[in-house]
Amino acid sequence: MYQWDFAPVAANWPLLAQGLLNTLKVTGVALVVGLALGLLFALMRLSRHRGLSWPAGFVIEVFRTTPPLVQLFWFFFALPLIAGIAMTPYIAACVTFSIQSAAFFAEVFRGGIQSIERGQWEAARAIGMTEAQAMKRIVLPQAVKRMIPAFMERAIELMKTTTLVATISYADLLFAANEISQKTFRPLETFTVAALMYFVVITAFSLLARRFERRLAISGEATVH
Amino acid sequence: MHQWDFASVLANREALLVGAIGTLRIFAICLVAGLSLGFIVGLGRYSRNRLFYWPATAFTEFFRNTPVLVQILWFYFALPILVPFSIGPLAAAAMGISLNSAAFSAEIFRGGIQSIDRGQWDGARAIGMTAGQAMRRIVLPQALRRMTPALTNRAIEIFKMSTLASAVAYVELLQQGKLIASLNFNPIEAYTAVAVIFFVCLWPLVQLTYVLERRLGRSE
Amino acid sequence: MTLLSLRGITKRFDGKPVLAGIDLDVARGERIAILGASGSGKSTLLRCVNFLELPDEGSVALDGETVGRRERELTRVRQRIGMVFQQFNLFPHMTALDNVMEGLVTVRRVAKAAARERAERELARVGLADKAAAYPAHLSGGQKQRVAIARAVAMDPELLLFDEPTSALDPELVGEVLGVIRALADEGRTMLLVTHELGFAYHVATRVIFLAEGRIHESGAPDEVLKAPRRERTQAFLRRHKEFSL
Repeated sequence: MYQWDFAPVAANWPLLAQGLLNTLKVTGVALVVGLALGLLFALMRLSRHRGLSWPAGFVIEVFRTTPPLVQLFWFFFALPLIAGIAMTPYIAACVTFSIQSAAFFAEVFRGGIQSIERGQWEAARAIGMTEAQAMKRIVLPQAVKRMIPAFMERAIELMKTTTLVATISYADLLFAANEISQKTFRPLETFTVAALMYFVVITAFSLLARRFERRLAISGEATVH
Repeated sequence: MHQWDFASVLANREALLVGAIGTLRIFAICLVAGLSLGFIVGLGRYSRNRLFYWPATAFTEFFRNTPVLVQILWFYFALPILVPFSIGPLAAAAMGISLNSAAFSAEIFRGGIQSIDRGQWDGARAIGMTAGQAMRRIVLPQALRRMTPALTNRAIEIFKMSTLASAVAYVELLQQGKLIASLNFNPIEAYTAVAVIFFVCLWPLVQLTYVLERRLGRSE
Repeated sequence: MTLLSLRGITKRFDGKPVLAGIDLDVARGERIAILGASGSGKSTLLRCVNFLELPDEGSVALDGETVGRRERELTRVRQRIGMVFQQFNLFPHMTALDNVMEGLVTVRRVAKAAARERAERELARVGLADKAAAYPAHLSGGQKQRVAIARAVAMDPELLLFDEPTSALDPELVGEVLGVIRALADEGRTMLLVTHELGFAYHVATRVIFLAEGRIHESGAPDEVLKAPRRERTQAFLRRHKEFSL
């Protein structure tokens, strides 16, 4: 019978804590940049000008249909050679996951915007609003409310996806776990603790998301995914 | 300006082919295992019997809320300590991806079955069908139709997740890309080639889900 | 004096002509009721006036100036023309007061305080001063439509378009909305009104036009068109609306 011993893992808790912090850092950056960039992509894709809608469509499709790990490797190993810039694992992770989540957020934005009834556009135009005013004042505020559940789901997915940065040696929680397991020869305990840490953080976040969603549902707002 | 040179990738096409076979193998395993396990767990989540409902719920919550890569590394590095046999890269990666897919597809199956109007059950029971018959003959066929876009999406996700197996050095497309890049010092071309292969394989599938979703949206 | 002048307005949907060359002049102070069977192009005609639909052919002139198709011109023209929709189209994320203020603040660039004061006055005029803080979801259909009318009137439009303003309402709520429109008519406002309420059209309109197959089939004073129609299709249409009493 295997003797469990969590003491060596516990002794290394600062490493794990720092790893979790780094995980949250990458997630936060990718979330904020991804949202802004995603809105831009969505507006471009909805544009009537092909010079805008096609490039946006291309980026969105490529980042939605290729594996995130391949994207990460591409940005980490290939981009520095093309662009001539020095790449750290942290920058590569932020760039990859920002663009990747922007591609997903763009589709959420687009779905939300398209779910708004035509009458809303017409009423806005009928009082003399420009298209941009109608989008900003009337359509987007309603659309964003409907998109909140999809956003939160995506944010949770993003946090899980950030574990991939461990493969390019960014010191996130998973990477820290791997280090500790090699140092202490306690892979079972270390990886179990790491898995539980992820589980607790993600579950807490998705419980919050669900409660928020329920409150939205009570206020009678439809949602899109 | 970078000089693109795909000749060095083409020279290694056999390595990529080996990788493609590896990708297809793990994809097929995870698709079958993930969806069938997901169906069983989904039924558990739908069940009113606590003996089925709670384990199924715990399963989906746990595997939906932990990253796949963590699971794969756990199966690869941690599980062998507990079991008397060794666990290879394929087994570890396949377990991680399958269990994760099972958790997600369980929610698709449960949602699909739940979305069928109660009147359909009543109608089936009224002509004397057992619960099993009603599920098989009346509810599932209708539910499956509604679930097709979501399940196709799941399949696409599984295909993309298969790259995570490279983290435990399982020989698949990305792993072979890494190999080619390190031997020929051509990461740009190697990783671009891998990305293109995935894009070409998956893009038609993604378009198919759009078509399915639109058709479903129109017919309901 | 002619306020609005339509010339040869043509509109096709999927190649099918809905409007087949409409000429219409509207003088200031005129109130024109537009009648016709469903599919006769009534709503499309109204929506061509403020360019929610772009006519395939023909021109729209306001005060003698032909309106171009550039966004700037369209938004300027729409500020001068108010529209009330069948489905209200209130902005659900704003209170009744904010709905009325929105055009003043965002489009007219009126200062917030002045816009609020104006919006409160408009809400009071449609009898909804006490609902200023309510969201559309908590208003009845009739209340929603009265807010929508206040929203349109707050912009000081020179022309008001009503697109079947009572068709989506429960019968018992029709009266309160017609009452508000009636009051606006009594102020001498210029209106184009698409409606199925023939009795209301008779009492409020200064002219009635009957559309059929995308053309003006018959036009004249309410007494002529509604009581003594000359064309057979107008007569058939009125016979089908027997319940209408003058």
